[in-house]
Amino acid sequence: MKLLIKSGRVIDPANKLDEVCDILIESGKISKVAKNIKAAADKTIDAAGKIVLPGLVDMHVHLREPGREDKETVSSGTKAALKGGVTSVLAMPNTNPAMDSTENIKLLQKIIKDSAKADVFICGAITKGRLGQELSDIKALKKQGAVAISDDGASVDSDKLMEEALKLSRDEGLILISHAEDKALSNKGVVNLGLTSTRLGLKGISKESEYKRVARDVELAEKLKSPIHIAHVSCKESVEIIAKAKKRGAKVTCETAPHYFSLTEEAVLNYDTNMKMNPPLRGKEDLEAIRQGLKNGTIDAIASDHAPHTENEKDIEFERAEFGVTGLETELAVAITELVDTGLLSLSGLAEKMSLNPAKILKINKGTLSVGAPADLVIVDPDKEWLVEKSAFVSKSKNSPFLQRTLKGVVEYTIKNGIHC
Amino acid sequence: MNELIWKRKDLLGLEDLSREEIEFILSTAESFKEVSSREIKKVPALRGKTVVNLFYEPSTRTRVSFEVAAKRLSADVINIATETSSVKKGETLIDTGRNIEALKADIIVMRHNYSGAAAMLARHVNLSVVNAGDGWHEHPTQALLDIFTLKEKLGKIEGIKVSIIGDIAHSRVARSNIWGLTKLGAKVTVCAPKMLIPPGIEEMGAQVTDDVDEALHNADAVNVLRMQFERDESNAFPQQLEYFKNYGITEERLEKAKKNIVIMHPGPINRGIEMSSEVADGANSVILEQVTNGIAVRMSVLFLVAQANEHIKKDETAD
Repeated sequence: MKLLIKSGRVIDPANKLDEVCDILIESGKISKVAKNIKAAADKTIDAAGKIVLPGLVDMHVHLREPGREDKETVSSGTKAALKGGVTSVLAMPNTNPAMDSTENIKLLQKIIKDSAKADVFICGAITKGRLGQELSDIKALKKQGAVAISDDGASVDSDKLMEEALKLSRDEGLILISHAEDKALSNKGVVNLGLTSTRLGLKGISKESEYKRVARDVELAEKLKSPIHIAHVSCKESVEIIAKAKKRGAKVTCETAPHYFSLTEEAVLNYDTNMKMNPPLRGKEDLEAIRQGLKNGTIDAIASDHAPHTENEKDIEFERAEFGVTGLETELAVAITELVDTGLLSLSGLAEKMSLNPAKILKINKGTLSVGAPADLVIVDPDKEWLVEKSAFVSKSKNSPFLQRTLKGVVEYTIKNGIHC
Repeated sequence: MNELIWKRKDLLGLEDLSREEIEFILSTAESFKEVSSREIKKVPALRGKTVVNLFYEPSTRTRVSFEVAAKRLSADVINIATETSSVKKGETLIDTGRNIEALKADIIVMRHNYSGAAAMLARHVNLSVVNAGDGWHEHPTQALLDIFTLKEKLGKIEGIKVSIIGDIAHSRVARSNIWGLTKLGAKVTVCAPKMLIPPGIEEMGAQVTDDVDEALHNADAVNVLRMQFERDESNAFPQQLEYFKNYGITEERLEKAKKNIVIMHPGPINRGIEMSSEVADGANSVILEQVTNGIAVRMSVLFLVAQANEHIKKDETAD
């Protein structure tokens, strides 16, 4: 099976490539990237006027299976991924059961083998049941195929346990992903603490609850010379702490999510539960700091934190509604609209944040169009606009904060292992 | 002409309202006030309409006030009191609202312990929703009756100084009063121990102090909030006696205040905690007049939302 992609603007930051050329794919791998490739292909795609990016690697996705198949499954979540141009996802471990043992990972691997449409990488749980009490057998998780560990949704409160986890992840070569939140400080809040929480009469989540934990985690990782990755950075202070640590040479990386560079707490003012997530939407200066962090390289990656929930769990009183929003099907268009169109990031910069860097952080062989690499790529019309509509989502859940927004950038083809999906 | 000013099917809070809309509710209330002093205390304004009082939190005074207001407008009134805990196991709020709508009721007056509940309900039903208090968010009719009473006593709202004293952080009465009073040009100061002042309150237009004598100084009126010790989850509230010592309104404290300062309280009063009995029953207290005015204000609100909704429905059928 040979596939030839003609005349697209090929963006491949791993090879510092940004030019109009052709790509030949053979047996699921990239076999040639050059101008005017003359080859007899089984199929040719005319990509003139389009951009060709390495398939996106989304390092923060909740597929909900096993346990909450009513919200999402590996099958529906990976279909949603492909629709959004995402060819690899990292599945977060807060499933039921949690991914805290060889046995549970095996269970998920079987589901993936049977039903995944995109590549699913597994993030193991740092602690058993993600309860922050007792470490999982991290060595065994790695052996079984986990590429990262995290207690996402919760932070490891105990300094001592966190140190142990960082040592093990360092020695095993597994990246530890920190959900940085001091729950004693976030105090059961539901929106950003400040004028917004006061206006709405809701409990607030302070920025301190995030950045104080970021500071602790960075400090511990630095002391132990362990790499650490900070998930869903939402506020200015966190960006500043990470920027300083990077300057000192700490092995810290971080991600943000599309909603943190495109929406502020003002979006919550009519109690729209599709604007409820954790960490919460913050202020204008935070949004600006996130954008600058993306631009200057402090923030390495963009990940959706795709968190599907049923309508019954979302269309209720704000305080009772679940935290989290979907993102797989909108993240690329939101990033093009908010970052590329505004001149904040080049297309190459975008491909770094959404494909190359997450692949590097997870140490997986993805994120590039190098010859010999798996032929995971996405062809996008960067100028075409579309309206985000509930009925068009293929995810089982529709809790998107971008409903009814017009976005720029349409995924025309997602190609996985050389096959158009 | 008047109908053009009020076009909302719901009253959810004062934050969203314009000065003109607030003034219109108040002037409509003035014309309804007289009904309650008639021998036959009834007008046919809402005859044939059904008002449902849907209360998820125990409340006597607000519920009774709405009930009296609706009855004086000749509406039929149904009272539903629901334990909050049953919300979790039972019917969702939206389903409850839709069932009430299917009964062909016209207005739901709702008290709910979750902030934003009234706004959510209003989005899902076509009948009118009047917020009778949602969480810590708003209690618009309480603020409207407070403002109505102040206007009666002081002749105007523009330029007057009003201090709100008590647990501002957890008070929907404080929030609605701040929005309403500042929109009408009053100067509002909030006063409480620092831990009971929520962040961002200055950006809402209020000045802040933790010194009660400063709050009383030069104030034309003071609105004393109920200290809700029963709701304290953190056990961080000051002790009751300590609170009275530092923040309680006493005759001694009032000696330094304006002679004609208007003393308000949304009730029920904790005598000896927020204020002394002498002050509650004293010459400056308008606490019972607030109760009387509450009827007129709620008649006005019920009448206006019902009328607006009829216009909305007519417009829809015209399309």
